[in-house]
Amino acid sequence: MTVAATRTAAEGTGVDRTAAGRTADRGARVPRGRGQRGPLAALGLHTGLLAATAVALFPPLWLLVTSFKPKSESFSTALVRDVTLANYTHVIADTYFLTWLGNSLLVVLGTTVIGVFIAATTGYALSRFRFPGMRPLVWVLLITQMFPMAVLIVPLYNTMASLGLLNQPAGLVITYLTVAVPFCAWMMKGFFDTVPVDIDESGRVDGLSPFGTFWRLVLPLARPGLAVTGFYTFVTAWAEVAYATAFMTGEENLTLAGGLQTFVNRYGADWGSMTAAAVVVAVPAAVVFGFAQRHLVAGLTAGATKS
Amino acid sequence: MAAGTDSRPVPATAGGVRDAARGSGHRTGRRKRDGGGGAGGERGTFAASPLAALWRRHWYAWAMVAPVVLVIGVIVGYPLVRGVYLSLTDADEANVERTIGVNHLPATYHFTGLDNYAAILGDGVFWERLGWTVVWTTGCVGVTFVLGLTLAVMLNRQVRGRSFYRIGMIVPWGIPAFVSVFAWKMLFNEKNGLLNKVLDGGGIDAVPWLGDPVWAKVAVIAVNVWLGVPFMIVAMLGALQGIPGELYEAAEMDGAGPWQRFRNITLPGVRTVSSTVVLLSTIWTFNMFPVIYLLTRGGPEDSTEILVTYAFRLSFINSPRDFATSAAWGVLILVLLSLFTVVYRRALRRQGEVW
Repeated sequence: MTVAATRTAAEGTGVDRTAAGRTADRGARVPRGRGQRGPLAALGLHTGLLAATAVALFPPLWLLVTSFKPKSESFSTALVRDVTLANYTHVIADTYFLTWLGNSLLVVLGTTVIGVFIAATTGYALSRFRFPGMRPLVWVLLITQMFPMAVLIVPLYNTMASLGLLNQPAGLVITYLTVAVPFCAWMMKGFFDTVPVDIDESGRVDGLSPFGTFWRLVLPLARPGLAVTGFYTFVTAWAEVAYATAFMTGEENLTLAGGLQTFVNRYGADWGSMTAAAVVVAVPAAVVFGFAQRHLVAGLTAGATKS
Repeated sequence: MAAGTDSRPVPATAGGVRDAARGSGHRTGRRKRDGGGGAGGERGTFAASPLAALWRRHWYAWAMVAPVVLVIGVIVGYPLVRGVYLSLTDADEANVERTIGVNHLPATYHFTGLDNYAAILGDGVFWERLGWTVVWTTGCVGVTFVLGLTLAVMLNRQVRGRSFYRIGMIVPWGIPAFVSVFAWKMLFNEKNGLLNKVLDGGGIDAVPWLGDPVWAKVAVIAVNVWLGVPFMIVAMLGALQGIPGELYEAAEMDGAGPWQRFRNITLPGVRTVSSTVVLLSTIWTFNMFPVIYLLTRGGPEDSTEILVTYAFRLSFINSPRDFATSAAWGVLILVLLSLFTVVYRRALRRQGEVW
């Protein structure tokens, strides 16, 4: 019961609520029941879970540990003997790291804001109205998401080259929008679906236009959805490699995905700097992700199963 | 989520509900027109034309989707058409339109018809890469799915420390893939990497993780599975929690063993979600660029190069850059994926799946 209770507390937000409540019920009603198992089974269960967790956590933790080691000991198997921040100071002071960080932030923020802004009304229209052209649009949004970058990268590269947008953050923002806009529209349709239609109807009864209903009633209610969509777009763009590698050249133009590659390339490897930079890149992304992940799968799978 | 869905007309419901929803929209549209002070006669002529009626009923929906339609048309539609066109030409680094400094050079490539496709399909490289891509995709998705489902079932029990395990296992999803791949690259390092040092401690010879064609394939699949399992766990956990507990109780009453319960309740219970998730991860894995590009650069000797990374290499790493062939590879990849999606959906539909 205590387990079930914590679980309800932990997952009380969002879609899991009913399921967790049901589990709590079950725990209360069947005191001897299926939850119990022999000591051997319990041991097996915990061993399996522990092993999986260890495998999941080890590489990032090792990255973290290595980043605090002096360069010469990057590969020593021992844990940190002399903790040093040398790698971090080197990365920040002597490399283009901060420039890359700035470029990445610029590109990713631009993509997120524009993507969410453009896609919001579309998500709402797809969630609420039936209109001619709706089904084709839903299909286009779905199909565009599965476009391999290989099919768009060459024409986009050539277009950017002829417009002089290579090595410009704006070029990368436009490129990322090809992924972000369909995705945002799709995710937001899912979130608007969770806002009861009664709210729209009451708005119309009160004489609001469809746009007014959307802007003044529905959008504020879907704010958590907007945040999650934005976060996820942010994280995806933050981690994009192919376009960033192809479109941005010259050390001062790189984004983080390209910049980190310069630490470890075929001419030599500076693992110390790489690990320090990686930690600085990963921590904010992981934190942002931690806030957003709970709603993520719900949005993705709910949208997909209902189309 | 359920409440919102139920009260909303879905395509499958009878016309009545649908018309009600449409009707409410219609009413608003007309009221707005009336408020706008349109003359009665004008309205009459509008009503006579079906196109105008359609416009009046749906103009706000169209206005709301217009920005996205426009943006997708310009930045996805146009490049797609251009990509298909490029794949029918002999465009490369030396003859495309480009700007060097202040000089603007016009394009000088020519239309060559299906030559590129003939060359690609007649050459062993494409089929070899396709074979490995299929192995890579099925291997990754299969292992990820089995591991994800197993761990989700374990996590779905009432086990102490559940939230700790759950959070721990999701960590790889929250870290940008390129960062994790570098971490793995460090662990896989042949001379000094931790994995080989551990093996060495156990008296086993160093494994050339990224230097041997077979081991490199194992390594890239392992890393991609590591990256993909968290998503699978979360998705499956959601599906498992949607299965009513009563089913298990009833089955137990009837004397069903654990395996029978798993086969007959759990598996059917997660079917809908798994079919979506498997489709998504197949597409993602098929297109997975960073893992292979950053871990092995496609090597050793191209052995880990999948279609997508190879297409990238043709236009951005090889010299001279061959844009036309790369575009043709891209089109072929898109065709393959579309075929897969259609076949997959048809297979699901035959088994009575709703979507």
